[in-house]
Amino acid sequence: MASFQGTQINPKKFHKSQIKFYLILIPMAILMGSPIIYIFNHAFKPIDELFAFPPRFFVQKPTIQNFLNLLESGNVGGTPITRYFFNSIVVTIVVVVLIILISTMAGYVLSKKQFKLKNTIFEVNTLALMFVPAAVAIPRYIIIEKLHLINTFTVHILPLLALPVGLFLVKQFIDQIPNELLEAARMDGASDFQIFFRIIIPNIKPAIATVAILAFQVVWNNIETSDLYVNNEGIKTFAFYMSTLTTANGNTVAGTGLTAAASLIMFIPNLIIFIFMQKQVMDTMAHSGIK
Amino acid sequence: MNKKNIDYNTWVFLGPYILLFLIFIIVPVLIAIGLSFTYFNSIEFPKFIGLKNYVSLLTQDAVFMQNVVPNTLKFSLIVGPGGYILSFLMAWMLAQIPHKPRTVLALILYSPSMTAGVAMTVLWTVIFSGDASGYLNGFLLNLNLISEPIQWLQSPEYLMTIMIIVTLWTSMGVGFLAMLSGILNINPEIYEAGYIDGIKNRFQEIIYITIPSMKPQMLFGAVMAVVNTFQAGAIGVALSGTNPTPQNAGQLMVNHIDDYGFIRYEMGYAAAISVVLLLVVYLFSKVARKLFEEKD
Repeated sequence: MASFQGTQINPKKFHKSQIKFYLILIPMAILMGSPIIYIFNHAFKPIDELFAFPPRFFVQKPTIQNFLNLLESGNVGGTPITRYFFNSIVVTIVVVVLIILISTMAGYVLSKKQFKLKNTIFEVNTLALMFVPAAVAIPRYIIIEKLHLINTFTVHILPLLALPVGLFLVKQFIDQIPNELLEAARMDGASDFQIFFRIIIPNIKPAIATVAILAFQVVWNNIETSDLYVNNEGIKTFAFYMSTLTTANGNTVAGTGLTAAASLIMFIPNLIIFIFMQKQVMDTMAHSGIK
Repeated sequence: MNKKNIDYNTWVFLGPYILLFLIFIIVPVLIAIGLSFTYFNSIEFPKFIGLKNYVSLLTQDAVFMQNVVPNTLKFSLIVGPGGYILSFLMAWMLAQIPHKPRTVLALILYSPSMTAGVAMTVLWTVIFSGDASGYLNGFLLNLNLISEPIQWLQSPEYLMTIMIIVTLWTSMGVGFLAMLSGILNINPEIYEAGYIDGIKNRFQEIIYITIPSMKPQMLFGAVMAVVNTFQAGAIGVALSGTNPTPQNAGQLMVNHIDDYGFIRYEMGYAAAISVVLLLVVYLFSKVARKLFEEKD
């Protein structure tokens, strides 16, 4: 039955024919994963190991000294590191919640309502999937200046809220909620808001989780806003602080323990959120196609 | 009356997104197009100069023609299709193994893309550090392959290669997950039918069944690959720590825009480069659509 190999996609259990795939996948995973393992080790290295020659991959005597130094480093500049961290957390939470709300609301009407411009709007949004924000940094600066958003806390939030890929994924996901379900609710006298909160939201949890992850990555890693639109140190974010560490210390090995510790703090939340939500993400991705 | 009510709600739901979408995505693009026909130094009011920016971009900007265009082409042609094919192959292989190991391996392959931005620059600056305590230098010195440390990130010969490797490392992102999910959701009966129709091996299976059955995900993955490629423009500057990069070796279009816009304050000229960049991204995505769009 060699000709039926094709049905082995998504197998239930291990079979020796899968060994060849493991032989490629495992070395590949090691190659891709090792830089991250390296950061983990580097962040916990004491000073003599950071300077060790030849450099070692794994840490021998782990210490949290780098993290303690990181905590102090912010104080030297006048703005405590906790301030950057606090800013990042507030901005991240607000942006993620608002992106979810705005994209699901828009996704609902774009999927289930009939109106003029509906297809045009979705087409333009699909086109905007390939929007490269860095390309229009200058016009964006002009707009943000005209709106008097320079040096405000709001500037961290507003420009990030329209996330084309978020709306795209949510709309594709809502498409498969049967119209009959909404019709029935409407017959019972449910308003749009009731339908949205009682039927749409509970049925698209996987899509919401996915948008949350994407939104989180966009806002948590964002340094452009602090770099271009904010001069006041007190309202810059941790990602930005982190990037200044890199340019200040990046090329000297001594500072890298510190920056590795900061990288780790940047990376860990991404990882945890993804691990918790990966099932929902895969569910959403099944509907992600552009038709 | 009822109909009017519904219309009103539609715009309440859609309003916030549309408004922000217009202000921060559409209008900036329109302004960029408008400014690209002007001379604008950010102090005086923009002065209309017609196509002059585009003409000098194409005829007088030696850095653009000799470095930026070849660099961008080289970088995007390797990173774009390379990352995309790599993502597809990894996704396809992952689909051949059981759920538990697949989840773990997929997580490892996906995690570099979570490190988007410059958060990981420190890692690369340590690995490629120019002195003997840099990881790569230490390794090569130890093996006696080189006699003195190499300034990896400052030397024009190596910078581009390092940029490509680093970007390929982060290339398995959302598009990779979409393709993995697409492959897993293909109805097994289609494969059975395919083998009855005379498909002989796994390669034919991929070409005739797998890819055609998941065209929408393939297209989504392709668009994401194009975007990631052009968004990764900042990497050269982040790695070398200077804009322009050493001898313009890692100069991509995004860096060229920043160089003129935020360093030299020639906003009109920078806008013209932005417009060219957006057009290039659009063309690449158009090619992807031609390849994978489903014909009704």
